[in-house]
Amino acid sequence: MTSVTNGTGSPLLAVRGVKTFYGNIIALKGVDVDVHAGEIVTLIGANGAGKSTLMMTIFGSPQAREGAILYEGRDITRMPPHEIARLRIAQSPEGRRIFPRMTVLENLQMGAGLDDLKYFDEDVEKMFTLFPRLKERIGQRGGTLSGGEQQMLAIARALMARPKLLMLDEPSLGLAPLIVKQIFDAIKELNRSQGLTVFLVEQNAYHALKLAHRAYVMVNGVITMSGSGRELLESPEVRAAYLEGGRH
Amino acid sequence: MEIFLQQLINGITLGSIYGLIAIGYTMVFGIIGMVNFAHGDVFMVSAFIALIFFLVLTTWLGIASVALALFLVLIIAMVLTGLLSWSIERIAYRPLRGSFRLAPLISAIGMSIVLSNFIQVAQGPRNKPTPPMVRDVIVLTDSNGYAVTLSYKQIIIMVTTAVLLAAFWYVVQKTPLGRAQRACEQDRKMAALLGVNVDRTISLTFVMGAALAAVAGTMYLMYYGVVNFSDGFVPGVKAFTAAVLGGIGSLPGAVLGGLLIGLIETFWSGYFSIDYKDVAAFSILAIVLIFMPQGILGRPEVEKV
Ligand SMILES: Nc1ncnc2c1ncn2[C@@H]1O[C@H](COP(=O)(O)OP(=O)(O)OP(=O)(O)O)[C@@H](O)[C@H]1O
Ligand SMILES: [Mg+2]
Repeated sequence: MTSVTNGTGSPLLAVRGVKTFYGNIIALKGVDVDVHAGEIVTLIGANGAGKSTLMMTIFGSPQAREGAILYEGRDITRMPPHEIARLRIAQSPEGRRIFPRMTVLENLQMGAGLDDLKYFDEDVEKMFTLFPRLKERIGQRGGTLSGGEQQMLAIARALMARPKLLMLDEPSLGLAPLIVKQIFDAIKELNRSQGLTVFLVEQNAYHALKLAHRAYVMVNGVITMSGSGRELLESPEVRAAYLEGGRH
Repeated sequence: MEIFLQQLINGITLGSIYGLIAIGYTMVFGIIGMVNFAHGDVFMVSAFIALIFFLVLTTWLGIASVALALFLVLIIAMVLTGLLSWSIERIAYRPLRGSFRLAPLISAIGMSIVLSNFIQVAQGPRNKPTPPMVRDVIVLTDSNGYAVTLSYKQIIIMVTTAVLLAAFWYVVQKTPLGRAQRACEQDRKMAALLGVNVDRTISLTFVMGAALAAVAGTMYLMYYGVVNFSDGFVPGVKAFTAAVLGGIGSLPGAVLGGLLIGLIETFWSGYFSIDYKDVAAFSILAIVLIFMPQGILGRPEVEKV
């Protein structure tokens, strides 16, 4: 059994009893999640469970109505999103949210805005190595990219910010299996070589659990299960609900 | 032919002024989806600022060079009008962001009334004249007793407009501020996730639009030599029309729309009846919008979202 790599010290990101509402409707009903530095943590759950809501609540949009979000021990619950970005938390959000009337290059420049493009040339080459497709499409407008190309761009744009914590909301959505493997390999490599901390939401539970050090399961706005990736992969409940005896 | 040439010159001059004002409408609409009804009055106030500072500089401070005075007046008007617009956004629009859609619009109509009433009270209801600033005229052709002229004023207006539009275009297309503005226009939430201070970017958009309106206001004052507290309304509506005609949200569209409205107006006055020039301009707007609801350079809906 793979051991949990990081039990020591205080977590990089700590979500404590967070409740989030849309109007009067409660979407997160008191969520606790820890992400330690250097970990890959994944969050799985059915449609509408509240996974994307948690990702956005961490970014302060919408803000948690109750509970606290701590990053490097600091309370960021009431911080505006653009200041949270400055703490080097980057997100590839649900729906990708590529700027449709900007070119691929400009979208990447937006990602590197925090450093005024200081490391742009160097970092963009790494993105081209990771996703050669983006290099071919560099002058094309974001809105006209294919779904998969947009997904690559969204991930690359998040990486351009040189994040400490990378949050990915369903990065495998709409991608061909080969590209999914490529992206998951890339995440693993960034984590291993640079110690990048990753918080990952996935529908593709099998791959995500295999990749993750630790994982959480969310049902209806509540965390119902947590453990190492391997533990959850082997848990009968998870297998029944999210893997459906699928791949092995 | 002479009439054509003359009206072309006059139309481009007038169209430059409309285009400069139209940019403020189109940028603010692009970034927050709101028609800033006070923008025409901001333009009018800028003409008064220009008037006051022109008098201060030439009579009190005794600056003899009109060119220098005009240049200083232009800078001062741009800065003060930018500040005015920044304050309006902070006081009257920002607190209403996230409220129901019509709230900022109503607030803008209120600001429009506040500005024109304030000027009416502070500066009086009558036309305020300036001494002629620039008088020289170049006669291009003179045949059959009809002289086609190009005045220095017109040259100044066209050149200033072209230079400022180029600078403005550079800012929007090539600088981090311009990128942030376009990002906010396309997806404000995502821009914030990437570290863009959305409120600040919106404020700067108001400032830039107002600075261009101040250029228009200074040029307007120089061209007509007189300004009135009610002068925000008709040019404001025409500039808004220009923005819609060109395709609201499109910067080149605002300039093109401004030039078209200016040309339609002057050609109609030249060939038909000066009384119906506004009817002509708005009729053409109606016709264009029936066949091109997006405006001439409005964005085509081709994007995946
Ligand atoms: N802007 C919103 N306004 C109102 N309700 C919302 C809004 N966004 C999400 N919800 C609701 O909150 C709940 C959680 O949504 P969320 O998008 O977080 O789910 P999810 O786990 O990401 O689902 P999926 O796997 O389908 O992406 C859902 O019931 C959804 O309908
Ligand atoms: Mg989701």
